[in-house]
Amino acid sequence: MHILSMTKTLFKNIIHGPYTVLYPIKKKPNYARTRGSINNDINTCIFCGICERRCPTGAIKVEKADRKWSIERMQCVQCGYCVEVCPKKCLNMNNQYTAPSSKKTRDEYVDARVSDNAKNN
Amino acid sequence: MEQTIKKISSNDLLNETNLMKNSGYRLVAISCTNKDGIELTYSFDKDFDFINLRINMDYDAEIESINYMFPYAFLYENEIKELFGVKIVNMTLDFKDNLYRISVKTPFNMKKESE
Amino acid sequence: MGERTVIPFGPQHPVLPEPIHLDLVLEDEVVIEAIPQIGYVHRGLEKLVEKKDFKQYTYVAERICGICSFMHGMGYCMSVESIMDVEIPERAKFLRTIWAELSRMHSHILWLGLTADAFGFDSLFMHSWRLREMILDIFEQTTGGRVIFSVCDIGGVRKDIDQETLNMIVDVMNNIEKELKGLSDVFLNDSTVKSRTVGVGVLSKQQAFDLGAIGPMTRASGNAIDMRTEGYAAYDKLKFEPIIATQGDSYARIVVRIKEIFQSIDLIKQCISIIPEGDIIVKIKGNPNGEYFTRLEQPRGEVIYYVKANGTSFLDRVRVRTPTFANIPALLETLKGCALADVPILILTIDPCISCTER
Repeated sequence: MHILSMTKTLFKNIIHGPYTVLYPIKKKPNYARTRGSINNDINTCIFCGICERRCPTGAIKVEKADRKWSIERMQCVQCGYCVEVCPKKCLNMNNQYTAPSSKKTRDEYVDARVSDNAKNN
Repeated sequence: MEQTIKKISSNDLLNETNLMKNSGYRLVAISCTNKDGIELTYSFDKDFDFINLRINMDYDAEIESINYMFPYAFLYENEIKELFGVKIVNMTLDFKDNLYRISVKTPFNMKKESE
Repeated sequence: MGERTVIPFGPQHPVLPEPIHLDLVLEDEVVIEAIPQIGYVHRGLEKLVEKKDFKQYTYVAERICGICSFMHGMGYCMSVESIMDVEIPERAKFLRTIWAELSRMHSHILWLGLTADAFGFDSLFMHSWRLREMILDIFEQTTGGRVIFSVCDIGGVRKDIDQETLNMIVDVMNNIEKELKGLSDVFLNDSTVKSRTVGVGVLSKQQAFDLGAIGPMTRASGNAIDMRTEGYAAYDKLKFEPIIATQGDSYARIVVRIKEIFQSIDLIKQCISIIPEGDIIVKIKGNPNGEYFTRLEQPRGEVIYYVKANGTSFLDRVRVRTPTFANIPALLETLKGCALADVPILILTIDPCISCTER
């Protein structure tokens, strides 16, 4: 009758304590390669629209006339395809996750710079 | 990887399947494509020798079931009948469109009707 | 003659990981037959080929299932690469093999935990899943995601693993091997586990072949059918034999899966010792034209990918035939003649992955 086969594991357990992390009081730090969310460096973006065409879920919208780039956070699956095809390399993958929320959010980046004053005067 | 595709007509299906079964092949899958008519592919395998039998036919033609030779083919045939609407006759175990509980009849055929 | 009752083994059940419906016809607590009904998680993924082009479809193919997700992406990419006649670099083949074997390990350890939960042995369930966390941490460090990796691409893989991380993986493997020996001692020798699984759901060797069973289900009955010996990816350079057992009951299936985890640890160490240097991806141009069948060995059995392309960037047809779909007739046969209390254990021995079955 082999019934006490787990005693060694049980002893180790009593001495070690819990293996889980007390989230959300203590958070586990993310690794460097973790795919969290997409960020855009709006100053270098040329609004070509390649990322909008390649996104598998259709989360990115680019408006060239208004110089706006927006992403629907809950639709993005963090696959990284847009980061690969961007010709100016202004998109990058951050390792912090989007915080959970109860409604869909659209994050918008606008390039509101005006060209230099000599032309406007 | 060796794979061969052999074209046969729908009348030869039972003879060819009988040959495969007697040589010790096992039925691997039955696939269906819906483009310019229905294209059925029966795949058999034995020791990594992979043979596919291909049948091209119209949407309304009937085809025999191979259920009595390979009893586990009932799942594949019921799925094809339900999703594509192919007419398969003499099935020993017929679910009568109740296997998948979908609300639309033959959804994979809808693109053919809308074209 | 006893009275017959029909009991629905519903889509919601504490022991099922995913929903499937069975109508059990009982006669005084012995099951006479079972009638399946599936379709609760049908998402119509095969119809999405009309909307997404063939490069975007890699991401859809990965998300067919959460447990075997890497191998779905790999199978799709291998099919398209064979249609376009592209030869991927050696290092990419080895990296794919390492991730595939890690997937197999984490899927089998998950299954061991679920089986322990099915007969009420909850502390064994928790310890198995604690072991699985070590493997998920490796995935997050190397690919960026714990469950869906998005690392396989047409032409190779996207991310590389440097030598330091490879040495770390070997250390984690040694650690897991030590802890797994303790756990497998409980699974294989404990008398409570044995009394519920020995002699339950027996399939003879000829029956398993005639019913079309594949994967560990048929290897536990004595048929040595393993797609890895065919030699795709880097498997032709590794030394291994398919693992078989002969009794054909549920206990034999536990034995086969535990031995496969140890075999995977050994295969990963072999891969890491002979991995070559080089590129990891090859650029592809143009659109695919043609058709191809690819066969892989997933943790649950043999999976078939059929891809048909016509020269435009949208594919004609993608068909996935998953191993659980082929094991369902074997399940219905083993259920005949068993007691009602054994039904959850028998359903779990085929390792059901219903979201793969219904796509």
